[in-house]
Amino acid sequence: MGSHGIADRVAIVSMGCTTFREHWDRGVDDLAIDATVEALDAIGLRPADIDAWWLGTAQSGMSGITLAAPLKLEGVPVTRVENYCATGSEALRQACYAVASGAYDIATAVGVEKVKDSGYQGLNAFPIPNDGTQRTLTAAAMFSLVAPAYAEKYDVDPHELRRTLARIASKNHSNGARNPRAQFRREMDVDAICAMPEVAGMLSVFDCAGVADGAASVVVVRAEDAHRYTDSPIYVKALSFVAGNGSGLLDPDYDYTHFPECETAARDAYAQAGITDPRRELAMAEVHDCFTPTELVLMEDLGFSERGRAWQDCEAGVFDLHGDLPVNTDGGLKSFGHPVGASGLRMLFECWLQLRGEAPEDRRILTADRGLALTHNLGGYPGEMVSFVGIWGSERG
Amino acid sequence: MRGIIGVSGHLPHWRLDRSDIAAVLGSKGGAGTRAVASYDEDPVTLGVAAARAALRCGVDPGSVESLSFATTASVYAEKSAAPLLHAALRLPSRVATLDAGPGLRGAASALRNALRSTDPLVAVIAGDVRTGLAGSTDESGGGDAGSAVLVGDDDVAPLVAEHLGGASATHEFLDRWRAPGELRVHAWEERFGQQRYDELALDGWDRALGDCGLSDSDVARVAVSSPHPRAGAGLAKRLGASGVEVTDRLDRSVGFTGAAHPGLLLADLLERSAAGEVVALVSLADGADVTLLRRTDTALAGPSVAEQVGLGRPLPYGKYLAWRGVLPVQPPNRPEPARMSAAAAERRGEWKYGFVGTRDRSSGAVHLPPARVSYRGQAVDDMDAAPMADHRATVATFTVDSLAYSPSPPVVFAVCDFDDGGRLPLELTDVAAADVHIGLPVEMTFRRIGTADGIANYFWKARPVPGAVGVEEAD
Repeated sequence: MGSHGIADRVAIVSMGCTTFREHWDRGVDDLAIDATVEALDAIGLRPADIDAWWLGTAQSGMSGITLAAPLKLEGVPVTRVENYCATGSEALRQACYAVASGAYDIATAVGVEKVKDSGYQGLNAFPIPNDGTQRTLTAAAMFSLVAPAYAEKYDVDPHELRRTLARIASKNHSNGARNPRAQFRREMDVDAICAMPEVAGMLSVFDCAGVADGAASVVVVRAEDAHRYTDSPIYVKALSFVAGNGSGLLDPDYDYTHFPECETAARDAYAQAGITDPRRELAMAEVHDCFTPTELVLMEDLGFSERGRAWQDCEAGVFDLHGDLPVNTDGGLKSFGHPVGASGLRMLFECWLQLRGEAPEDRRILTADRGLALTHNLGGYPGEMVSFVGIWGSERG
Repeated sequence: MRGIIGVSGHLPHWRLDRSDIAAVLGSKGGAGTRAVASYDEDPVTLGVAAARAALRCGVDPGSVESLSFATTASVYAEKSAAPLLHAALRLPSRVATLDAGPGLRGAASALRNALRSTDPLVAVIAGDVRTGLAGSTDESGGGDAGSAVLVGDDDVAPLVAEHLGGASATHEFLDRWRAPGELRVHAWEERFGQQRYDELALDGWDRALGDCGLSDSDVARVAVSSPHPRAGAGLAKRLGASGVEVTDRLDRSVGFTGAAHPGLLLADLLERSAAGEVVALVSLADGADVTLLRRTDTALAGPSVAEQVGLGRPLPYGKYLAWRGVLPVQPPNRPEPARMSAAAAERRGEWKYGFVGTRDRSSGAVHLPPARVSYRGQAVDDMDAAPMADHRATVATFTVDSLAYSPSPPVVFAVCDFDDGGRLPLELTDVAAADVHIGLPVEMTFRRIGTADGIANYFWKARPVPGAVGVEEAD
C-alpha cells in the first residue's frame, strides 16, 4: 500500500474563473459556460477538442448532463463528482488522474455552484431522509466550536483570540479588495470586525465565507505536451485527499483544535512533492478559510506554524500578502466568496496567476520565485471532514 | 399486598412569575409562580421524565406489564402516545399500553384500575402542558408537569405505600370543556361545578372510608386535586375539623397541572408522610376518585416535588407566550427541518428513543450513534449495547448558533463527553447561553426536537445537571 502521487506527469495549461457574486442574472448553465469558454479561448480550443470532462457541483445539478447539455458536448464522458466543499478539487483530481493514466490526452474540470437561488442566506444542504436525531447547525456554528477549545488548550485569552480571528478576516478582505473577481472588495479593520454582533459562538458574519455563485475551470494535459498549449504551464506536484471517518464526533480524544484529515492530507502531499519545510519552500498557499478559526488551525495542520503558535504568527503578519508565507492572496473564501463546487478550482486559479506572474501588481506576492504553491480545500465539519491538498509548481522537476 | 412501588412528580425547569403577566397585560396575574414546560417539552416528554425518575426506585423496568398515559393535550389524535413512552423507557415489547385520555380524569382512572389490576407491575404516567389565552386564569393558574406512579405487588419490589381501598363517583355535568387543539378552556359558572364536585367528593370519600373500614380521624393527610381551587372545599373543611392535614395543592408554586396533577400531588403526599401514616388522594375531574394508602418505611427515590419547586428558573412572559404559540414570533430565515423518516426512525428506535449506543468489545470504545465497525481497531459487528440515557457527560466545547432554525433561537450546542466513555455533540436545553462553559456537567433528557408535517420528532438533548450552573463560579 502506498500513495505515490503523479508529480510532474500532468500540467495545467489554461484556466478560467468567473466573478464570484450574487449572479441573480445567471444560472448554472451560464456560469459553467463562461468559465469553460474563458479557459478554452485562452489557448484557442473549442469544447470538441476536449477528450473527457469532470464536473464538480455539490448541489446545483445531478450527473454529467449538467455540463454536457449547456455546452452541447457530443459523445464524450462527463462525470459529475461531489465531495462536500472540496468538490472542485475532487473534479480536478479525477481529471489529472485520467490524463496521467494515459486514458485521455486532454481533460477539463469545471466547478460550478448556483447557491443564490435558494431564497435563504448561507449554504443549505438538501435533506436526506433520516431518523430525525441529527441536529442541523449552521456551518459557522460547527466551526465556531474550535475557538473555545483552542483558547482553552493554549491558554489564549478569548478576547485576544477574537482579535486574532478578526485579523485573519481583515487580511483576507485586504487581499480581496485587490481582486476584481472577488465578491467582497471592501477592506475591514480589526476593530470594525470585532464590533460586529456574534451569530455563532464568538463569530460574526465577518468571520464567515462569502456565499456566492460562480464557476471555474481548468484544462490539463500530459506534462510533456504542455508547451503545445502554453509557454508557462504549471505542473501537478501532489494531489492528496482524505475522507475522515467521523471519529472526531465519537472519540473524546479529539479536542477540536486541529483537523486530522488535513494533517494527513498535507503529510501525504508533502511526501509526493518532496517538501520538508513548507513554510519556507512554498511561495504561497490558498487554504479553505470557510470561517476564521478554520484558517487559524490550518496554519498548524499544514505545518506553517508550530502547534499553539498560529495565533501569534497571524498577529505577526506571517501570512500577510508580503509576509513570510502569503496565504489566501486572492481574498480566500472569506472575501472571494464560496460557490462550493468552484472553490477548489478558484484556489488553483490564484496559484496559476501568481506562479505565472499574472496577478495584479497590487496583490502580487514577492515569493513567486520559490516556484511552489499549495491549495487546501476541505468539506464537512470539525470531527467529520474531507480534505484535499494539492501542490503546484512552475518548473517540471 | 398491592400498592405503590415508585412515584415521581416531575417539574420542568422554568417558572413564570404571575406578576409578570400583570406587568405586560395590566390585568391581575395573581401571586406566585407557575411551572412552564420548555418549548421542547410536551406531555410525552414530561411523562418520560417523571417515569424515568420513578423507575429509579430500583424496580426492574422489565417487570412492567402494562402502561397507561394520560394527558389533556394529546400529541396526536389518530396515533397513540403511550408507545412513545414505552420506547423511551425501553420497556419490553409484551407490555400493553393505553392512552387514558383525552380528559382530566385519565390519570386518576388509570391509577384506580392499576390498583385493582392483576398485572404485577403497572406504570401510570401522565403529562400535561396547560394552556389558556393571554391573561386567562387557566394561563396563570395552570402549570406543566409530568407524573408517574408504579403500581404493583409487593413481591415485585418493596412498596412505598400499601393500597387500603378507595371509591369512585361519576355524574355527568358540564363544568369545563375544550375542543382538541384549542388554546382556550371554556368553563361554566364556577359555582355550579364547584358545588357538584363538593357533593361528589363527599360521596366518594365516605364510601372510600367504608371500603377500608376507616374514619376521618384515622387519616393523617389528604391531597385534593381539582381543576378549580375551591372544588372540594366542603370536604377539606370537614377533614380540617377532624384534624386531617390537607396538603398544599401547589397552586402558588406550580399551578394546576391537569392530567398530571393527581400523580404530582400523590408524589408530594407520600414524600411528606411518615411510615405507618394513612394518606388519601382525592381526585376531582368529571367525578371523584378517592384512594387510601398507608405509607411504608421504604425510602422514596428523589428528587422530591418540594425540592424541584425550589430549583426553577424564571422565564420572561414574552418567551412563555412564544413557546405556547399564543404570540407568534418571527423564526430565523432558514429552511425548516424536514420530517423524519418513519422507516429510519423505527429501524433506529433503540437509539432515537432509548438512547442506546454500542460499545466495542475489544477496545471498549463507545459509539454514539450505534455503529457496526469500531473507530478504534475497526472490529466488525463485535459490539454490545451501550444504554447512555442515565449517564452524565461533560461539555468539551460549545457554541451558540443564532442563525440555525429553532422553535426558540438561539441553539445552544455542545460536544458532550460521557463520564464513562463516549462522545456526542448535542443540543443543550434548560440553559441560558451565558451559563455554558467547558467542563459543565450535563445529563440527558428526552425532548421534542420539532414538528414537521404533523409528525412530532423526539430525541435526546443534554441539560446542566440540576444545581451545576453557577456552582463553579461560586467556587
